[in-house]
Parts: sequence; C-alpha cells; structure tokens
Amino acid sequence: MRTPRELADAHPGPAFTVTLDGREIEALPGQTVAAALWAAGVTSWRTTRGEGRPRGVFCGIGVCFDCLITVNDRANQRACLVPLHAGDDIRTQEGTGHDDRP
Amino acid sequence: MTDREPGQPRLAVIGAGPAGLAAAIAAAARGVRVTLLDSAAEAGGQFYRQPAAELRARRPQALHHEWRTWERLRDGLDAHVRAGAVRHLTDHHVWLVERRADGRFTVHALLGPEQEDPAEVCADAVLLATGGYEKVLPFPGWTLPGVITAGGAQAMLKGTLATAGRRAVVAGTGPLLLPVATGLASAGVEVAALVESAGPRAFAGRARALAAQPGKVAEGARYGARLLRHRVRLLARHTVVEAHGADRLEAVTVAALDGAGRVRPGTGRRIPCDTLAVGHGMLPHTDLAETLGCRLDGHAVHVDDEQRTDVPGVWAAGEATGIGGAALSLAEGHIAGRSAAARLRGARPEPAEWAAAARTRTRLRAFFAALDSVYAPPAHWAEQVTDDTVVCRCEEVTGGAIRAAVAELGAGDARTVKLLTRAGMGWCQGRVCGPGVAGLAGCELTPSRRPFARPVPLGVLAAAGEDD
Ligand SMILES: Cc1cc2nc3c(=O)[nH]c(=O)nc-3n(C[C@H](O)[C@H](O)[C@H](O)COP(=O)(O)OP(=O)(O)OC[C@H]3O[C@@H](n4cnc5c(N)ncnc54)[C@H](O)[C@@H]3O)c2cc1C
Ligand code: FES
Repeated sequence: MRTPRELADAHPGPAFTVTLDGREIEALPGQTVAAALWAAGVTSWRTTRGEGRPRGVFCGIGVCFDCLITVNDRANQRACLVPLHAGDDIRTQEGTGHDDRP
Repeated sequence: MTDREPGQPRLAVIGAGPAGLAAAIAAAARGVRVTLLDSAAEAGGQFYRQPAAELRARRPQALHHEWRTWERLRDGLDAHVRAGAVRHLTDHHVWLVERRADGRFTVHALLGPEQEDPAEVCADAVLLATGGYEKVLPFPGWTLPGVITAGGAQAMLKGTLATAGRRAVVAGTGPLLLPVATGLASAGVEVAALVESAGPRAFAGRARALAAQPGKVAEGARYGARLLRHRVRLLARHTVVEAHGADRLEAVTVAALDGAGRVRPGTGRRIPCDTLAVGHGMLPHTDLAETLGCRLDGHAVHVDDEQRTDVPGVWAAGEATGIGGAALSLAEGHIAGRSAAARLRGARPEPAEWAAAARTRTRLRAFFAALDSVYAPPAHWAEQVTDDTVVCRCEEVTGGAIRAAVAELGAGDARTVKLLTRAGMGWCQGRVCGPGVAGLAGCELTPSRRPFARPVPLGVLAAAGEDD
C-alpha cells in the first residue's frame, strides 16, 4: 500500500521523540501535533466538559477548536496547527480551559 | 508606524491563497508596496496548501492539480519578495482590521500557532482574500473522533502528509468531495464510497451553464476516471444518516434519498470505516469585512466590478466574496490587485486591461451558480437529527434543546436560540454549528457579527486599545 509520504516522495529529517501523557511517541520534523498523533494511531485527545466525550481533529484548519490539547504546559493549543519539536510534552485535556478565554 | 515610506502606497493583502497571491503580484508589479499576511506557515491557501518545508517533499505536485499555475504564483511571489516589493508575513492570524480616522488602516494580528503575541501592520488600503470554510450539517454520531470535514481531510493530507485511518467514506455534497476522494485514494486510503446527496439528474437541468465550461466538464471527467481507477463506489442521491462507534468511528449507515430529499425507509446499509470525510459546501469568511462595516450580499462580501467593497480603501477577492473555486479566486484577485494599484496611485483603472480576467470571472460565476443549485444538502436533513444529537459541538447543545427553544420558548431567530441554549457561544463562535442551528430552528443563517476574527488574549486587546 502506498503512503502519502511515498506519494509526495518526502524525506523528512530523522524522527524524534515526544511524550503523550508521559508515553513516548515518534514524530517527524514538520509534523503538527495532530499529524503525529494520527500516525501513532491516536484519534482523540480531549474529552468534552459536559458529557466527557472524546474529540480529536474535525476541521483540520484551525476553525473548529475541537482538537484542543496541552503542549508544554500551555493548555488549549490547536493540535492541527501547532508543529512539534523534539522533547515536547503533550497532554490530553479534560474539558476546555474555558476560563482562559476573554 | 515606522514602516511608512512616503511616496509608495501600501497595500495589505490578507490571505495568501490563489486570490491573495494573484492580487499581491498584480499590485506589486504596478508599483505598490504589498504586505501579504496569512495565518499559515506557507503561501498557497486551501487549494495550493503545501507540505511543511521540513517534510522535504520532492513531489508535492502528486497531491495537487494545476501545479503549473502554482509554480507561476510561487515564482512571482518570490521575485517580488526578493525585490522588496512584497513583504510576506507568515503565521500572522489577523483578528481585526481597523479603519483609522485618517482613512488609513491598521491590521492587527496574532503571531504563530499559539496566537498570543501581537503584531500590527499599517497600510493605505486593504484587500481581503480570506477564502472560506466548510459547512457541515449535523447528524447522529458526527462528533465521533474519525469524523472529519472533507476539506480538513484534504488539508491534513496536503499540509502534513497525514491520513486519519485506512478505510474512509467521503460524504455530503459539493464539488470538493471529488478531489478529496481521489486524494485519499491515491494516498493509500481505501475509499469505501463517495456518498453524494445530489442526484445525477439534477445536473441535467443546468446542462447549458455547465456545458459553457468545457474545461470544468473535462476536470469532472478526469476525477470520474480516477474514482473508477481506485474502485471508489459512487452513491449518488444518498446520504449518511448515522455514524457509529463507542469512542471512535467504526461504521456509517448510508441510505437512499427520494426525489423530495427524504430518506427512503428501508434503504439503510452499514459501511464499516474508520474515517468519514464529510462536507456540505462552503461559506465565505466575512468577519474582517463585517467589523470594517462592509456590506454583505447574503453570506458573501459585496464587491463591485473592480472588486471594491462599499468601504473606501477596502477591496475583496476570492471566496470571501462568494464560493467559486481556485480559478475564479485567481481572476478576482488579479482584478482586485490591478484596481487597487491604479487607485492607490491616483489613477483611474482601465478595465479593458483586465478584460480576459473579467470574462473568466463572468463565466466561472455563472458556472458555480449553476453548480450551487445542483449540489444541495438533502432538503429534509433536519429530520435525521435526533433530539440527543449534539448540534453545537463546543457547548454540547443538542437538537432537542434547540427544538425546545423554538417550540416552548418561542425563539424565532438564530440569535435568540443562541441566547437561550448557548449554541454558537463556544470557542468556534458558531462557525461550525451556525448552519445546523439555523436549519433546525427553521430560521435564516444570519451573519454572526463576531467582534473579532480570532479569540484574542485580554492583554493584547488592552494594548491595542491604548494606541488610539
Ligand atoms: C479545508 C479546505 C480544503 C480545500 N481543498 C480543496 C481542494 O483540494 N481542491 C479544490 O478544488 N478546492 C479546495 N477547497 C476550496 C478552496 O476554498 C478553493 O479552491 C480556493 O482555495 C479558494 O481560494 P481563495 O484564495 O479564495 O481562498 P483560500 O485558498 O481559502 O485562501 C485564504 C487564505 O486566507 C488565510 N486567512 C483567512 N483568514 C485569515 C485571517 N483572519 N488571518 C490571516 N490569514 C487568514 C487562510 O489561511 C488562507 O491561506 C478547499 C477548501 C477548504 C476550506
Ligand atoms: S481540527 Fe478544527 S481547530 Fe484543529
């Protein structure tokens, strides 16, 4: 089976490690948080405030705010926008940090 | 502002998609200093979204159409940037364009994906080329992880070379579903079905407008051939009635529609899949235009033949002024850039100079108007939304709560429904649930009057206020 990387003939630099709730996962230079999590087989990383339902990527372009996640202690980052760096500490979120919003 | 150099007029172009790029290049070539701002890390917009540079893709064109046009835009932009005629500001999320007392403009942006640090750009005129975003109507199970927007699937694929799963269903309505289905299939995803609510006969009635556009018909045929090659099953006049799964998507139920747009009882069948890419058309981004006070036509920014809005000094082009695809955005951007350049230099523009672009614009607008009436969500989609279906994804407001607001509390318009239920008050500011809420409540989708195009940290707001 063909992968998107093969299709685009992509040769990113060496993979690096980040952690998701303390568990190590691999990421590639240029990958967003969402792309690396998808590659690791993770499709949800937040539960909703009301019903505690799982959520992940929905719009993929920064519009819907469904993909919120905590990156290096900053809550409510959009996983579909934020690029990863070696050693990043990613944490799943419960609810949204609603009170941070103006 | 320190970035003011007397003599040369300054134009801020917001959005580096096809419209913004065409506009920036046209204006820069005519002696205007252009600042091109976009929230993305690379130019290209939605249609020409590029893989992140660090992924080092040697063949990004494999994910794209009309690559030659992109190369021309990219090289044109590069040349103007090198010559100092265009400043390209990436990772700039514009949250407000302010028209100042002196008639000039301040563009307020937030930097980087974190969107916390502010930046400002000063300009004599602005050109809004902010494109659009996808409309998705609610149905049971649409909040399950694995259900993504069709454009989002495409964006993740083009921008990060990522796919969510192995077996996808592409569903909804509209011309975007075809490239999404063929894109996923060529990237190794098994596309189990393309579920389109429009029926083949709907196209027949618009044959004339469609036939006037041979290039577009050929494009459709190419997509069709590609679907065949990847053995994608096309289910026309069908709809997804439910997405199933406990904590993530496991299957969808699709059903046939009757002529009136109702689900035909007994036609439901289950298709196992781990990804559903769904979309029901697009809506223009109008927030920046609205706060500037620009007139809207329905949901689109109103423009004249020169792509001017009704606010002096503000032009708009591309899908912000109506949904019509990349080629129309290019033509409009070109016209807008030329008009702005002439007017900023105190000259009267010569429409004869952009006659070819204007003809393209006329043709493509007619084509998309015809398409728009072909591609429509099923007329009775709201009947499928059960009372426990979450409609506002942010605030978790259900279909039942919205119906109760209308039936029991007498809410007669979208704003009252919002106040009574909190639907549309969450992070996305109603961008996602707006069409669903309006449809369920039986009222018109009205422009939202969001104060800002992005959530803005309080410190940034306070500091921006101090400048005045
Ligand atoms: C997610 C998605 C994927 C799509 N994929 C395809 C496809 O594969 N094939 C196809 O034919 N059509 C696709 N489309 C349709 C697409 O909209 C048009 O083909 C075309 O890109 C429109 O060009 P444009 O220049 O008008 O707008 P766009 O290409 O949308 O460009 C607008 C630009 O403005 C920027 N922007 C918007 N608001 C702000 C702001 N406040 N601050 C800073 N920057 C801002 C955006 O980042 C974007 O780069 C897609 C649409 C969407 C929403
Ligand atoms: S998926 Fe919508 S904001 Fe990230």
